Amino acid sequence: MSTAIPYTVEIRPDTGLNNVKIGIWLFLASEVMLFGALFASYILLRIGAPTWPEQSSILNVPLATLNTVVLITSSVTMVMAWASLVRGQLGRFRLYMGGTVLLGLVFLVVKYFEYTAKFHHDLFPSTSTFLAIYFTLTGLHGLHVLGGMAVNAWYIGPGSKLWRIDRQQFTNRVETAGLFWHFVDLVWIFLFPVLYLL
Amino acid sequence: MDERHHAHPELGFWRKYVFSTDHKVIGIQYGVTGLCFLFFGFCLMMMMRWQLAFPEKPLPLIGGLFAAMPGGVMTPEFYNSLGAMHGTIMVFLGVVPLAVGGFGNYVVPLQIGAPDMAFPRLNMASYWAFFLGGVTMLASFFVPGGAAQSGWTSYPPLADIASTGQTWWLVGMVFLITSSLLGAINFITTIIQLRAPGMTFWRMPFFVWAQFVTAFLLLLAFPPLEGAAAMQLMDRVAGTSFFLPEGLVVSGQVIEATGGGSPILWQHLFWFLAHPEVYVLILPALGIIAEVIANNTRKPLWGYRSLVWSVLGIGFLSFIVWAHHMFLTGMGTAMNAFFQTTTMIISIPSVIILTALILSLWGGSIRFNTPMLFALAFLPMFGIGGLTGLPLGLSAADIHLHDTYYVIGHFHYVVAPGTLFGLMAGIYYWYPKATGRHLNETLGKIHFWISLACMNGVFLPMLYQGMAGMQRRLWDGGASYEHAQGVLDLHKLISFSAWGLAIGQLPFIVNFFLSLRRGKVASSNAWDATTLEWAAPSPPPHGNFPTEPAAYRGPYEYSAPGAAGGFAPQWQPEPETPSAAPGAEPAAQPAG
Repeated sequence: MSTAIPYTVEIRPDTGLNNVKIGIWLFLASEVMLFGALFASYILLRIGAPTWPEQSSILNVPLATLNTVVLITSSVTMVMAWASLVRGQLGRFRLYMGGTVLLGLVFLVVKYFEYTAKFHHDLFPSTSTFLAIYFTLTGLHGLHVLGGMAVNAWYIGPGSKLWRIDRQQFTNRVETAGLFWHFVDLVWIFLFPVLYLL
Repeated sequence: MDERHHAHPELGFWRKYVFSTDHKVIGIQYGVTGLCFLFFGFCLMMMMRWQLAFPEKPLPLIGGLFAAMPGGVMTPEFYNSLGAMHGTIMVFLGVVPLAVGGFGNYVVPLQIGAPDMAFPRLNMASYWAFFLGGVTMLASFFVPGGAAQSGWTSYPPLADIASTGQTWWLVGMVFLITSSLLGAINFITTIIQLRAPGMTFWRMPFFVWAQFVTAFLLLLAFPPLEGAAAMQLMDRVAGTSFFLPEGLVVSGQVIEATGGGSPILWQHLFWFLAHPEVYVLILPALGIIAEVIANNTRKPLWGYRSLVWSVLGIGFLSFIVWAHHMFLTGMGTAMNAFFQTTTMIISIPSVIILTALILSLWGGSIRFNTPMLFALAFLPMFGIGGLTGLPLGLSAADIHLHDTYYVIGHFHYVVAPGTLFGLMAGIYYWYPKATGRHLNETLGKIHFWISLACMNGVFLPMLYQGMAGMQRRLWDGGASYEHAQGVLDLHKLISFSAWGLAIGQLPFIVNFFLSLRRGKVASSNAWDATTLEWAAPSPPPHGNFPTEPAAYRGPYEYSAPGAAGGFAPQWQPEPETPSAAPGAEPAAQPAG
């Protein structure tokens, strides 16, 4: 006998929330601590270093600027995807979510070219502390982009079966994925100036 | 209420007992796996104690089985592996899975009147992530160079350049951290969202509050260690120098690395987790002790509100004391002063909690059953553990005591006759709920008294050895230091006590298995208790409660005036008949 868990979709009156919303915000809190620790390490390492390379001359600022635009746009398409579901438009949802996944792919492809260009010039994580933290921070971020893309793609495909069973729950799940995607975008908003512009 | 119920064919063996999403099954999985790892970690320690008591003598009977012990004699490298893995396994694979994954998963949904955790499949995922982490850690013993050898603390530069086992340790930690994060999300959401009608926050059992705070500690403190582990992995695998300083010389040669890294950075990131981690180790046990004491004194806990505010205070403060583990790193007097101050402050809520538990005994009608014996012994043992922490928290005294056996004595008092006694109390207390049978009282009492005596035999002398200046993590037990000569003899006493402690666990192991079939049958309310888990059948079915329960009063209404049977369980509504005397309080209502 499977017992349905209350407040998975519907809102609990005294907290004003459903379970999934709390869950994703808690997860994001832990992610803030994760990236926060790496940013704090960056600060500590840079302050403690006798010399530090000129970051903007090593890294490709125009490409990263492009990537910033790409990610911000993908957050917009993500919201449009969720809004389409709220309006009951599954087709529109697939379009916008597809756009989000595509933009995520563009981001990763750009990063691929960035990384390979670095390696081609013998610039590896082991070359300097700056490059070490650069590759670690952007690499971890990139993995999060990849994970988000996988979830989003699943919601376009097999995951969308839930639309026929429980529209509200499917919409909530996409909203949750959206929150994660916005977070990934937000981390990049911090990464970009700290690593590329300072 | 979500009306969608799944059509439910009978689950096969694998879905019911192995890949289950039922919090009770997962709780038992965590509990049993955790107990197995506790046993394994204990075995590692018993081997170390042989080397310390009888240095460089071949280990009898089994010494020849170990490739790392040529002629049955322990090498320093193997000793260091045993030490590092003993700590890692006990903390991350033993105590936390048992205390949080085991007791938390099993009891919390029942105590708040929920049918399961908020995210049952996530719960299952968190167990298997833990399992994979455990397998990784065990497998690391068999890689070239053996398991991690740089302490459970994995300090660079040593950990950066150590053998392959350290990389396995780091990967294992990533699995374990993932498991804890998933679990923490589940606990917090469950406690906020799935409390039954009438179960307000201030009517929750203290055990639930303790698990609530513990979950926040895990959620927010673990990620920095995950980041640090990623960086140490980069150092080891990708040649970075996050933690390697410039010009590091190893065995007379400058190592090939860019340098520019900071070993202290690792320490900050590690202890940012590891200090809240020790509160993760103690809080669930404090929660269990509170339940057992209230139940076996037949009176409400003294100072329930103080207990709750204190545990919340501990949770918050635990994030700002970490560098008291780093007083000797040369951080500077300002840093030392700050962390010393916060460390002194955090002792206040801890003492409030211990005091409230002790005061709860006053005027009680005490039942000296096995869970209560463990709970009573916990109080002075945790007291010793806490008090011995004070000189360590004062940076001046810590100059003398840091990295000595005094530290080992201090933290083991808190974790061993502290937390482990709490967990034992919990096992004896909730075994009837999970199995429908009582554990045997005679075997329980034998288990208790031997454990109490031997634990003190192990850890009390260590405090003395440490004050004499004997350093920790030494394969020869300090024999090459002149100032340690006077206390070397104590190694034998400690080792025999440790082996005696192992023998003392046999009655428990036998009891645990025999009572499954032959224990005294337990009713659903085996201890005449008041909290909601005792309203469910023993063991509870899938979904826990035949009808949705409600909470009508606080969690510890023992010996409440006019209560039928001498106690008023949380789930029992007030009687319908107007029997209240004039001027009496109105009948309790489920709130909200």
